[in-house]
Amino acid sequence: MTTVLEVEHLGVTFTTEHGPVLAVKDMSFALAPGEILALVGESGCGKTVTAMSIPGLLPAGGVARHGTVRLAGRDLTTLAERELESLRGKDISMVFQEPMTSLNPAYTVGKQIVEVIRRHQTLNRGQALDRAVELLTLVGIPDARRRCASFPHQLSGGMRQRVMIAMAVACDPKVLIADEPTTALDVTIQAGVLEVIRTLCRTMDTAVLLITHDLGVVAEVADRVVVMYAGRPVEQASVGSLFAEPQHPYTMGLMGALPANALRSGERRLAEIPGLVPAPVDDPDECQFAPRCPRATERCRTERPLLRALGTDHHVACHHPGREVTSD
Amino acid sequence: MSVVAAPMPVASVRRGVRLRRRFLRRPMAIVGLVLVVLFLALAIIGPFLTPDPLAQELTQTFASPSAHHLLGTDDLGRDELARLASGARVSLVAGVLSTALAMVVGVPIGLASGYFKGWLDPVVMRLNDTVLAFPFLIFAVGFAAIFGASLRNVVIALSIGLLPTIVRVSRGEALVLRELDFVGGAVADGARPAGIMFRYLLPNSFNALIVQATVGIPTGIIGEAVLSFLGLGVQPPGASWGLMLTSAQQFLSQAPQLAIYPGALIALATLGFNLLGDGLRDVLDPRERR
Repeated sequence: MTTVLEVEHLGVTFTTEHGPVLAVKDMSFALAPGEILALVGESGCGKTVTAMSIPGLLPAGGVARHGTVRLAGRDLTTLAERELESLRGKDISMVFQEPMTSLNPAYTVGKQIVEVIRRHQTLNRGQALDRAVELLTLVGIPDARRRCASFPHQLSGGMRQRVMIAMAVACDPKVLIADEPTTALDVTIQAGVLEVIRTLCRTMDTAVLLITHDLGVVAEVADRVVVMYAGRPVEQASVGSLFAEPQHPYTMGLMGALPANALRSGERRLAEIPGLVPAPVDDPDECQFAPRCPRATERCRTERPLLRALGTDHHVACHHPGREVTSD
Repeated sequence: MSVVAAPMPVASVRRGVRLRRRFLRRPMAIVGLVLVVLFLALAIIGPFLTPDPLAQELTQTFASPSAHHLLGTDDLGRDELARLASGARVSLVAGVLSTALAMVVGVPIGLASGYFKGWLDPVVMRLNDTVLAFPFLIFAVGFAAIFGASLRNVVIALSIGLLPTIVRVSRGEALVLRELDFVGGAVADGARPAGIMFRYLLPNSFNALIVQATVGIPTGIIGEAVLSFLGLGVQPPGASWGLMLTSAQQFLSQAPQLAIYPGALIALATLGFNLLGDGLRDVLDPRERR
């Protein structure tokens, strides 16, 4: 498998007044061109920090990042800010959660796209505008040439998110990081936006890192999934394998909390995972999910399970994986 | 309003119309606008329509209004209206130039201070406090004593006096804007700090800065009048409202109108700008509207 983005043993630690916060611990994954990898987990489990740390967008003060992030073989963690600037928007671009506030209210949509294009490519204004129209058409905005003259406040949330995507793919990036791209949108709009991301990924051969907490979104568009818990990957598999045979009790918990699944099994009440994500202040040698896990044993509390392979392209970090509770 | 369905030019015009309507609903803002327009007319067109403000007719001192001298003459027989118009031009230059200069210097400093934060912000803010802590008049007197009394030096001194407010306002804008998603998005798209400051922070601070300008201009007008009144600004025989007040002092009982005209104009011009500024703030600044 050719990889375009390789993240290895990525760790992010914030230094705060209350001591260090280990937001991400030992994340590893790889992305192939034209592949959509979903990063799934609850709020606060480190999804966004992982995403932001890839193009070096973490806040400047009090952050330590270790591990390597390789884009087409080049280690991004060693690059200077200047080099990262010329990379961002060109080789790696991002789409954020909040389309309502992610566009500059002072300029027309067309001008903003033109600016991104001209920042990284040597096109004149006219050519860049033509490209902008082309991009807007590509993301499914009708009457694109006239839309270019619209200000962000004249567009709906779904339209704006399409514009954001158009801006993100304007320079044909190798990697597109989409951080909860549909969370702020109506359910009816979500599918359309996801479809756009999926189509672009396939036609432009862009690798997509899709960050979401919505397993429905994952099932719809992703090829592979990394499930995160408390800053660590707990399960990594292809979408088919993950949904067919979830191995980690946390993954199962997430799926049990899906309304559709609850309906199917005839439950009156949605299953929930008891407890909360632990505060990421220390990193004891234990399974961090153990306090919330129905099948936790003594071993889980004394030894951290490592990510291990179960079959082809299915990895899990659990001492007791699988459907059934296995005795130790 | 279905903004999405509306084609862009219509929607854009609608916004302009909405702002104008909101402005026109404020009678005081309209009064301000009228006063400012009259002031601008006096300053810009006035000197072309009136006689030479420096020409003395020593046989015609303290003349009453006549067809020849619409507002009469002063103690040296100079046409009062011509001197008022010439003084208006000086006021306009002092008000606008000092504000513009303060903006050109202060806005980049303020935006950079608010955007980068780090070590820069406290340094800029403490320097700012230092300028603020210094009584403006004492500073201006010292400035004139060192560099000489002239309109140019008045403008420079005034702009230094206006600087701290403008730095503060633009820094505040930058502090708010830097946290917004579209600025973060620009960073993620590879924008450089200078590009972010001038294409993202500056245009979005525009409303606050326009309001700030309408505060700066009258401050500059009053400042020029005060300094000229004290003999630190425009020098005789030049005309300035402040200077006219000085010379009118000695003839207060004999020809009170010589003090009343420039005094009233200073009051009306600054009142006009302040009313206009209040109106614009209400219309443009969303935070003040709530």
